[in-house]
Amino acid sequence: MSERVVITGMGLVCPLGHDVETAWQAILAGKSGVDKTTIFDASTFPTTFSAEVKNFDPLKLTKRPQFHKNCSRGSGFAIGAAIEACKQARIDIETENPADGIDRKRIGIYLGAGEGSINNEVFFDCLVKAWNDKDNTMDWAKWAEVAFGGFTPAGELEQEPNMPTTHLAMMTGARGPVFSCLTACAASTQAVGEAMMQIRNGKADVMIAGGAHSMIHPLGQTGFNRLTALSTRNDSPQTASRPFTASRDGFVLGEGAAIVILESLTSAKKRGAKILAEVIGYGSSSDAFRVTDMHEDGRGPIQAMEAALADAKISYKDVDYISPHGTSTAENDSIETKAIKAVFKERAKLVPASSVKSMMGHLIGAAGGAELITGILAIRDNILPPTINLNDPDPNLDLDYVPNKPRKAQVNVVMKESFGFGGQNNVVIIKRYEDR
Amino acid sequence: MSKTTAVITGLGAISPLGDTSKKMWEGLCEGRCGIGPITLFDPAGFGCKIAGQVPAYKVQKFIPSSYRKAVKIMSRDIELAIVAAYEAITDSGIITKGIDPEKVNINPTRIGIDLGAGMISCDLVELATAAAKSAVDGRFDIRKWGKEGIEQVTPLWLLKYLPNMLACHIGIIHDIQGPSNSITCAEASSHLAISEAAFMIQRGSCDIVLTGAGDAKINPMGLTRQCLLKRTTTENNDNPAGACRPFDAEAKGSVFGEGAGIIVLENKEHAKKRGAKIYAEIAGTGQSSNINSDYKLLEPDGKGIAAAVEMAMTEANIKPQQLDLIIPHGTGIPEDDLAESKGLEAVLGKAIATIPAWPTKSMLSNTSAAGGALDVIAAAFAISQGKIPAAKNLNKKAAGCNLNIVMEPIQKDINNVLCCSYTHGGQTAAVVLKKTDLMS
Repeated sequence: MSERVVITGMGLVCPLGHDVETAWQAILAGKSGVDKTTIFDASTFPTTFSAEVKNFDPLKLTKRPQFHKNCSRGSGFAIGAAIEACKQARIDIETENPADGIDRKRIGIYLGAGEGSINNEVFFDCLVKAWNDKDNTMDWAKWAEVAFGGFTPAGELEQEPNMPTTHLAMMTGARGPVFSCLTACAASTQAVGEAMMQIRNGKADVMIAGGAHSMIHPLGQTGFNRLTALSTRNDSPQTASRPFTASRDGFVLGEGAAIVILESLTSAKKRGAKILAEVIGYGSSSDAFRVTDMHEDGRGPIQAMEAALADAKISYKDVDYISPHGTSTAENDSIETKAIKAVFKERAKLVPASSVKSMMGHLIGAAGGAELITGILAIRDNILPPTINLNDPDPNLDLDYVPNKPRKAQVNVVMKESFGFGGQNNVVIIKRYEDR
Repeated sequence: MSKTTAVITGLGAISPLGDTSKKMWEGLCEGRCGIGPITLFDPAGFGCKIAGQVPAYKVQKFIPSSYRKAVKIMSRDIELAIVAAYEAITDSGIITKGIDPEKVNINPTRIGIDLGAGMISCDLVELATAAAKSAVDGRFDIRKWGKEGIEQVTPLWLLKYLPNMLACHIGIIHDIQGPSNSITCAEASSHLAISEAAFMIQRGSCDIVLTGAGDAKINPMGLTRQCLLKRTTTENNDNPAGACRPFDAEAKGSVFGEGAGIIVLENKEHAKKRGAKIYAEIAGTGQSSNINSDYKLLEPDGKGIAAAVEMAMTEANIKPQQLDLIIPHGTGIPEDDLAESKGLEAVLGKAIATIPAWPTKSMLSNTSAAGGALDVIAAAFAISQGKIPAAKNLNKKAAGCNLNIVMEPIQKDINNVLCCSYTHGGQTAAVVLKKTDLMS
């Protein structure tokens, strides 16, 4: 018999707040976390706005700022979210002598985490100075001279996508299985799914799982703008993320971190931990179609949803709420709707599916984790978060997207979907915990 | 219920020792060194001017004509992985859409992919063109970039550098529709990906998984990073073949490289049913963390390595004396090598003095994320051929290192091999391979 896996803590740093409850209240109030970009001067970019985490300083939250002083934005968010999640789960952190009764070799970490931003000032300076306009070549000696004078060792190391995991290991003393994945926008859902499997498999009793990412930097935005993936509704940032509307024109770049503490039921009971929900299913698939587009039938998402349902040993009829990928791009929202219809058949229009990206933007690698937390809260409070800005529904998209206002509903089973650029799809199913 | 076992049925590699896994193994057996002067760009301004570069290759050969236009959105990391994946699939005897669409002999929804990848360095020449157009009085101007510079960047630019694209392109070429993941844990990526791939098979998520990693760090950005972190040797530019000296008293740092190693992992019953040749089985895997506030280096006592190795050995259900070979991470960075040696000794005890240990980076260079996969491939060859090549660049063991480094080639029955790896951020991983009882 494999272990049941439950959630005993959660932490969130996102554009709508630096903790779970603040963000949840903002979501229930239908607030937008989107505004003019301030991290860098984006005023001339095709998109001038984003969903930033504002006024957040992880070094004020940690007891040991000297360990984290060089961390990237993403790692900083991860630190904040992990402090909140571990506190709720009563896991002792930032101490050499934890007294929570959990063997550190039985605590693992699995993050879907993104790379940090390069030092843009130095980077672009290197490029400009090393560029030889006459023959369109780079002078690498010049590059090296400027680069070695500007970049710092810590600054470079901290960009590596495994570094958020490193910071959490330092904080928690985790010596169990430690992984970090980066499957684009599906990363943290994948991390939660695979982390759950580690506990089921008996490799750990506790997994610190979730994601952290910030791509609100010149190169990140350049990349997404060039892909024409971002909304350019510059005159109205708060209404730019508008999943499932006829006028949607792309996603809104966000940032943040989400951490959930996954724990074997045995361990949670032994410690008397408060159980927030149970993770019952996980499915992963690949589109194997194009790196630029989703397969038009949504075959990848369908396979991932069906794999998750099969893993959870439940039917589509048992799902009360879908937390979709819902990015507000033309393609995603229509293909995702199609995929939901294929899986949920006659029940498709009856199962509410709302996108909190309408409020917090797209946290990229951290998105799935953050949205999973809203699913846990939906179960806890029996309330569905809304999709805001849904004033002009796309006539072809006819599911119940919970437009504009939160709604009371009995929520026991939630399906979280995340689909990454390139066609990696991940689905996690959580359920109200029942002692049986 | 008998436990499902994952077995290795295909090997593929492109490494500084050649463009196939067989050439790599031959090179290792001959004690050849794949490290030489950097020719991919002019390294004049860098302290380290040597690296392990792969031989020239044509990625188009491994991509069906209908998909070849995608090459323009592939970074070198992606290309290397495509080359290695093709060999691994061909070697395993499975036929995917990318090999021959008329003769596909597997169910695409039952094959998965789980690849490690590094942080991909972007093409600086491409960005410099755009940056130069954004300069005002010789200084970069972000406002000009946002309006004009950005227009110079090719529309699909970002897709070249997302680390999940290794798995995505290979998935498209070979029609892999099952589970897909991309592990980004620097030098531990390969072993972590292989561990997870084996687990995907054990839990029944798929029958076959393509796993391993690809990484290409020999470019100005990649080398800038390694030089800044002082991980490269700067004293051996005139002696590339003797430059990378894992566990040697004269070691001065690592030498970086590029490559990809991909293996086909398969459910043992599935492999048996189709009569596939089996190189080895995945007997156990372990993962842990070094915890060191000065995370540029390992914990001096290698505790995180010990924890990963212990987990893998427990899962493999073997005792230290049953190990026939250890392929350590062994980078040639003295502090890290010593910490690794101590970590191994903590788990293996006295047996460390007798188990042959064979570091490969002296010949293959440190191919970062790909290194662990190249080591697993070498281990698979060692098991299937009953042979351990001699180590290179070890004149005098570093003080405190108690590994039994292989000085002369060994011919013997090899049943269990331990491979380990770690990152400079702390993640550690270990894989135990064992000889299969199905081997013919």
